[in-house]
Amino acid sequence: MISLSDIPARGGSPFTRSMGLFVLLLLTAPFWLEPIGLYQYLGMEIAIWILFALGFNLLFGYTGLHSFGHGAYLGIGAYAFGLFQQNITISLWGGLLAAITAATLAGALVGAFVSHRRGIYFALMTIAFGQVFWFAAIKLHSITGGEDGLLGIPRPDLVFGPLKLDISDNGALYWFVTIVLLVAVLALWRLVNAPFGRVLQAIRQNETRARFVGYNVWLIKWLTFVVSAAFAGLAGGLFAMAQESAYPDVMSLHQSGLIVMMVLVGGGLVSFWGPVFGVLLYFIARDIIGGLTETWLLWFGLMFVIMVMVRPEGMAGLFHVLRARLPLRSRKAVGPAAQAGRA
Amino acid sequence: MTLFKVENIQKRFGSRVVLENISLSVEEGTVHGIMGPNGAGKTTCFHVLTGFYAPDAGRITFEGHDIAGRKPHQIARLGISRSFQIMNLFDDTVVIENVILALPEFRSRSFNVTQNVFDDTALVDRALEVLDQVGLADRAWQKAAALSYGNRRALEIAVALAADPRIVFLDEPTSGLGAEATRRLMDLIRSLRETYTIVMIEHDMRFLFELADTISVIHWGQVIAEDTPAALRANKWVARSTLGDVA
Ligand SMILES: Nc1ncnc2c1ncn2[C@@H]1O[C@H](COP(=O)(O)OP(=O)(O)OP(=O)(O)O)[C@@H](O)[C@H]1O
Ligand SMILES: [Mg+2]
Repeated sequence: MISLSDIPARGGSPFTRSMGLFVLLLLTAPFWLEPIGLYQYLGMEIAIWILFALGFNLLFGYTGLHSFGHGAYLGIGAYAFGLFQQNITISLWGGLLAAITAATLAGALVGAFVSHRRGIYFALMTIAFGQVFWFAAIKLHSITGGEDGLLGIPRPDLVFGPLKLDISDNGALYWFVTIVLLVAVLALWRLVNAPFGRVLQAIRQNETRARFVGYNVWLIKWLTFVVSAAFAGLAGGLFAMAQESAYPDVMSLHQSGLIVMMVLVGGGLVSFWGPVFGVLLYFIARDIIGGLTETWLLWFGLMFVIMVMVRPEGMAGLFHVLRARLPLRSRKAVGPAAQAGRA
Repeated sequence: MTLFKVENIQKRFGSRVVLENISLSVEEGTVHGIMGPNGAGKTTCFHVLTGFYAPDAGRITFEGHDIAGRKPHQIARLGISRSFQIMNLFDDTVVIENVILALPEFRSRSFNVTQNVFDDTALVDRALEVLDQVGLADRAWQKAAALSYGNRRALEIAVALAADPRIVFLDEPTSGLGAEATRRLMDLIRSLRETYTIVMIEHDMRFLFELADTISVIHWGQVIAEDTPAALRANKWVARSTLGDVA
């Protein structure tokens, strides 16, 4: 079976077939979404969730830290973006920076409490903190707007040196989100294939052993928590722009559960691309099955249950099995095989 | 010269006293054996010495540093390595990465986010050298989980050696090994004693008596005897209480 820790083909270079396909889909989506009966906004929503899911999987899949309260950082990012526009100044970069900073700080605080935990205790504490933030969002009425949230958040112009672009319509905003996502994907890809990423995976595989070969496991877990909260914050800032609002539901327990479900169904435990599959599957289910029946979430949930039962490695694992069964071409020798001659 | 000194260590779990009073003194360049019946507290003693548990009382000094109560990663970085009685490997990945992760030259860039790990031939070559020491070089690119039991034991030792340690703690290295594998392990430890100071818990008396320079016998959380194998053999009381008929 495949594992996240398999040595990457091409020694961690990002120029892989999967990456090519991913970039191609992102760059062409605006041209085929509407012809096939979907809509521009969906593309943007998917891109934002992919960003959230990939950052989350750094913690969940790679480091094996099962946070069930990650919606909080998405929400904090969304609120921070909105509050920045409403109270400080209308600025795209300022708002996104505020979103990332707020989520990072919240992640740093929570991370300090949860990083010496693992397993069920870690999960429960992340839920508890998630609920605290959600509760705060509802109760701090004068700041957050309570149950209604922040309404009328603008989509500020993209200012880049002398350049000033209006990105307030869905089509233009999609391109901005896509560029942010691509940069983030490259950064994450680099991260998980570099020494730092391999150490994260060592902690997932055997925390005790990692400690006894000299790693400061607490510090590394904390850092990972912070980094994945920062990605969630960025996604949250973009989400506030997409929705033109920020409201408590964004950081609800439901949202936190959803991201876990997406990552698991897609195969985030075995593949970098797993979360992408999961997000796609969810939105396809929502928009296509959802168009046929009100009970689409039931079907998605059922799919989740079946997946966990028969193929816990998720879609990515399924694809791997299919590819191994289909005699397309013998898999070419990659990193380890090429290296083996030297042994 | 005394490299590692343990003075009057105590460890309790709740009201249960597991280590009553342990003192050991490990000379540099020797193999120091530890034996004793099941449940005597040998593994707990290793856990305390390597930072897994903090002692409730006592001093542990390594090259003049007082290390009692320090964290495992801090102790490991001083050049103190260990293997585990129950196997503790990185099982999702290949054999060689288990070793690479333990190399100090890799650890020092654990926060690096720009390199590709397996492109660094110096690192890979160093890891292969370590694997070669334990006879696993030709299995370097197999998954650790796919190794045979005996080879997993060998990999445990390779991971401990990778840190380029001053002193290595081995917790029952022969446990579960057949006669042939035990013989190979004996040769390995003989070759290691040239380079490392070794402290080894072992139930296999023939193995221990063959290799150790000094042996401490632990019983009820106390060191009830410490001597050379020859002298211990002669000590009727020790022989009767713990050795059975091996000697
Ligand atoms: N964390 C713990 N909490 C409570 N009791 C413990 C704990 N760890 C060990 N013990 C107890 O301490 C005693 C000594 O255990 P230890 O594992 O050190 O024995 P050992 O000498 O290594 O035995 P063996 O030869 O079977 O490996 C045992 O009775 C065990 O139940
Ligand atoms: Mg033991």
